[in-house]
Amino acid sequence: MTADAGPARRRARSRTRWFWIFVGPFALGLGLFTYLPLLWSIALSFFDAHNTVTPTDFVGLDNYTAMLSDDAFLDSLRTFLVFTAFIVPTTYAFSLSLALMVNRVRRARAFFRSVFFLPAACSYVVAALVWKMSVFSGVRFGLANTVLGWSGGDPVAWLSVTDPPWYWLVIVTVRLWLQAGFFMILFLAGLQRIDPALYEAAAVDGARPGRQVLRHITLPQLRATSVAVVLLLVINAFQAFDEFYNLLSDARGYPPYARPPLVYLYYTALGQGQNLGLGSAGAVILSLVIAVVTVGQARRLGLGRRER
Amino acid sequence: MTKEDAVVRVGRALRLVLLIALAVLFLVPFYLLVRNGLSSEQDITAPEWTFFPSKPRWGNITELFDDTSVPFARSLLNSALIAVATTLGTLPLASLAGYGLARVPYRHADKVCYAVLGTLLVPAAVTFVPSFVLVSSLGWISTCRGLIVPTLFPAFACFVFRQYFLGFPAELEDAAQVDGLGQWRTYWLVVVPNARPVFAAVGTIVFVGAWNSFLWPLVIGQDRNAWTVQVALASFTTSQVVRVHELFVAAAVSILPLLVVFLCFQRWIVAGVERSGID
Repeated sequence: MTADAGPARRRARSRTRWFWIFVGPFALGLGLFTYLPLLWSIALSFFDAHNTVTPTDFVGLDNYTAMLSDDAFLDSLRTFLVFTAFIVPTTYAFSLSLALMVNRVRRARAFFRSVFFLPAACSYVVAALVWKMSVFSGVRFGLANTVLGWSGGDPVAWLSVTDPPWYWLVIVTVRLWLQAGFFMILFLAGLQRIDPALYEAAAVDGARPGRQVLRHITLPQLRATSVAVVLLLVINAFQAFDEFYNLLSDARGYPPYARPPLVYLYYTALGQGQNLGLGSAGAVILSLVIAVVTVGQARRLGLGRRER
Repeated sequence: MTKEDAVVRVGRALRLVLLIALAVLFLVPFYLLVRNGLSSEQDITAPEWTFFPSKPRWGNITELFDDTSVPFARSLLNSALIAVATTLGTLPLASLAGYGLARVPYRHADKVCYAVLGTLLVPAAVTFVPSFVLVSSLGWISTCRGLIVPTLFPAFACFVFRQYFLGFPAELEDAAQVDGLGQWRTYWLVVVPNARPVFAAVGTIVFVGAWNSFLWPLVIGQDRNAWTVQVALASFTTSQVVRVHELFVAAAVSILPLLVVFLCFQRWIVAGVERSGID
């Protein structure tokens, strides 16, 4: 070892030490409570694990074939697709419109922003409770049925009719109310970042304010925000549990329809029987699905391509 | 006034009207919480809609806390404890990690960074079955440890801190080094006091998330004494006998702390949302 290499090496070693002093505790926790459970779960998915986390009965891919041939599991994936098809476009369009309007309003902008953002303080449990027991209560005194009654309509049992599936209206509006303000904030931040010179240039070039400017300046400039919003919306939709559980289950249990993946997994892995092997196989399949969906979507929407 | 001016003016007025209508619509659920929470059960189920109970029943609140069939006071206490502990635990852990990732040059820092950020792509809720497996084999079901410790490592918080510290002025750290402060003391005495906005932003988001979270407490807090306020509310909502007015007053009480947090810290929350979503 030469004389100059000594201090440099010592410095590098000291940096390494400091790096791990800062990052170590968090990395350890993440390893212990995210990576370890994931690996453990992958292992469990190859075993017959009823009520046990240290099974001995190796079953190979049986849990996976059982899962993929289970109609209820496939139904839960279909439910997720339907839910996503409803919630992603509506939240996207609605929160973008809110942001555009709030951004241009002259009076009381802070007030409007607060009002639309306030629902984010509510939990899904509370929101579901208000929707189930008051807004869309199936009996005559519910708010929606009261309004229907004013115009002469008959009360609708919103959550328990499957034909037409009115329960989707209830489920989608809860989430829309709760998360629209959050995404409006993201869009507002994106709008603030657009260079005003672009609008001036467009006006000089004779672009008409309104639709033309929106299409050729605002939307392209919001591209990065839009990609992030759509990704977050899909991931959030995939994780939906709280409002489904609280809206639809009652003392008799959960109805056979409208079970998204997490609800299905909850009842499979933690319900009667506690089939953790099967539940783990389900979790692994779902992780793969979400990974493929997010990566594919990120590609398609051009994530990583930088804005100019 | 030209024709174009008139069009712009009408458009502006229409936009304001639409915004006001939407704002009213957005406030309806809050109105329902208060209206139903202060009504008697007969008022709520009456065939004729009343906009507000003629005699607000403040007694509903004491009735709620006197009801022994649901441990509501206990669940509020649990939620407060969990939300505070989660916030106080997450902030130092995530901020130290974010600072290390952004500011301490280390050969493999990139790999560590990917390993941390990779968990952002694994939806936390998909890991609930494996995490439940781990927590139950540790014997942590229905304990504070089980409810708090596994939630102390949200990758998003680390990510927000890292992004913030990447743009942190190096002059401050350099000056501290010249003054003879080591890495550790530089962090606590110089960096943290100058990064208060990001701490406030992440802290409020973590607090709100912990207070409102449902699936994890539902799975882990199986014992009645370990219920959080969300689990208690859900057990109200899905139970056989529902006392509607009590349910609503409970829901209203449960969001009160968060409304206060929101109104006081809105600036920070908005800043945090802006940071955590993109870039």
